[in-house]
Amino acid sequence: MKITRFLKTIFMVDFATGLLIALREMFKTKKTINYPFEKGKISPRFRGEHALRRYPNGEERCIACKLCEAVCPAQAITIESAERSDGSRKTTRYDIDMMKCIYCGLCEESCPVDAIVQGPNFEFSTETREELYYTKEKLLDNGDRWENILAANIKSDNPYR
Amino acid sequence: MEYLNLVFEEVYKILFLLVPVLVSVAMIVWLDRRVWAFVQKRQGPNVVGPFGLLQSLADALKYIFKEIIIPASSNKIIFILAPIITMTLALIAWAVIPFGEDQVLANINVGILYIFAVSSLGVYGIIMGGWASNSKYPFLGSIRSAAQMVSYEVSIGIIIINVLLCVGSLNLSDIVLAQQNIWFIIPLFPMFVIFFISALAETNRPPFDLPEAEAELVAGYQTEYSGMMYAMFWLGEYANILLMCALGSILFLGGWLSPIDIYPFNMIPGAIWLILKILLLFILFALVKAVVPRYRYDQLMRLGWKIFLPFSLTYVVLTASYLFYFNLLPKL
Repeated sequence: MKITRFLKTIFMVDFATGLLIALREMFKTKKTINYPFEKGKISPRFRGEHALRRYPNGEERCIACKLCEAVCPAQAITIESAERSDGSRKTTRYDIDMMKCIYCGLCEESCPVDAIVQGPNFEFSTETREELYYTKEKLLDNGDRWENILAANIKSDNPYR
Repeated sequence: MEYLNLVFEEVYKILFLLVPVLVSVAMIVWLDRRVWAFVQKRQGPNVVGPFGLLQSLADALKYIFKEIIIPASSNKIIFILAPIITMTLALIAWAVIPFGEDQVLANINVGILYIFAVSSLGVYGIIMGGWASNSKYPFLGSIRSAAQMVSYEVSIGIIIINVLLCVGSLNLSDIVLAQQNIWFIIPLFPMFVIFFISALAETNRPPFDLPEAEAELVAGYQTEYSGMMYAMFWLGEYANILLMCALGSILFLGGWLSPIDIYPFNMIPGAIWLILKILLLFILFALVKAVVPRYRYDQLMRLGWKIFLPFSLTYVVLTASYLFYFNLLPKL
């Protein structure tokens, strides 16, 4: 027992084995992806950048119920509302502080009309803090830009909700 | 006028050697990172240029434009001198490396001693850097590195004696020419293994990268360095690694000689064979980095003084008695 161990040490058997394993691993397929050029698959439940959605006729979905504002654990959402000329209640201000946000998804969860959602976009870094104070215009704009993917995601995730 | 011409001729020669060495140092950094990444099934640097080959160039550019921070409490002259010395010493040793029968910058008769002396001096750059930083981590790192390099130089010296016994000359070209019949790696294989491991320790490569053990010493003697000065330490380190690979291929792998002396092989210029051998050794260096964990400091010292030194000394005696008994000692 002791002699085999001694011989193993002298002839560096373990080291040679390790080297061979390393050589073998070198030619296997890579586990990493070429990030900016190819991206990993993300789930339809992915909680990325926020967006405010609209109905197909262009009317915004949000009814200013302020459930998201109430449920937000980081208190990142600020909503002010007013009655519009047609008698419906709409938001006059819908701000999300993206630096406070912890991307928990509770706002999306609490929304009764699927207005505020978190989309698949995770590449929205900015160079200044000010750009991360999202306003209603910015959120609606996001909603218009990502609507196809957002609708598809909500639909595919629906059976599990 | 004639004197000026002579100077220019020498400068051309030096540039002709130094520029390829520096370029290959940059390439070798890329190769190192790439091999390391491949073993870990990552892709490694592959964006800048074809296959990421220009990554080191981009890094160098970044280093050049970075601010050089000199700590207020440091010894400024020595602090600035340290990386310069490291890089210069790593580069001047290349003067005696033969790339072919007569393709050598300085064909001096004590080439191997010259390399040995210059690479020993390399410790000074590190000690100076660590001391002048006037900070605890660089200081500890440089103490370690000095002790490590000094102790492994001893065993490298004795290994070289083994080779010299078979050659009978200190001239590097003679050492290569003595291997025309058989490369020294075959009769002296254990010495080659020990030389390789000592070279790892000598150049502060993993598993012997204690001077810059990031888990304990931040970055060792490089901690306070930034910008181009840091890059010069890096260049010096990799130039040293390349030098050790070159030395290994000259001492044991037959330098510029082709593996088999038959038609298609001996038509390829010797420099290419030497470069291939250096690359082979370097890939081994890079693989070892990916495979083995770091040694503890006492294990490192034990390996150097209690195992390698006695073993290589015994081998010197064995080689000498074998050569003497069979009357194979080289005629002087």
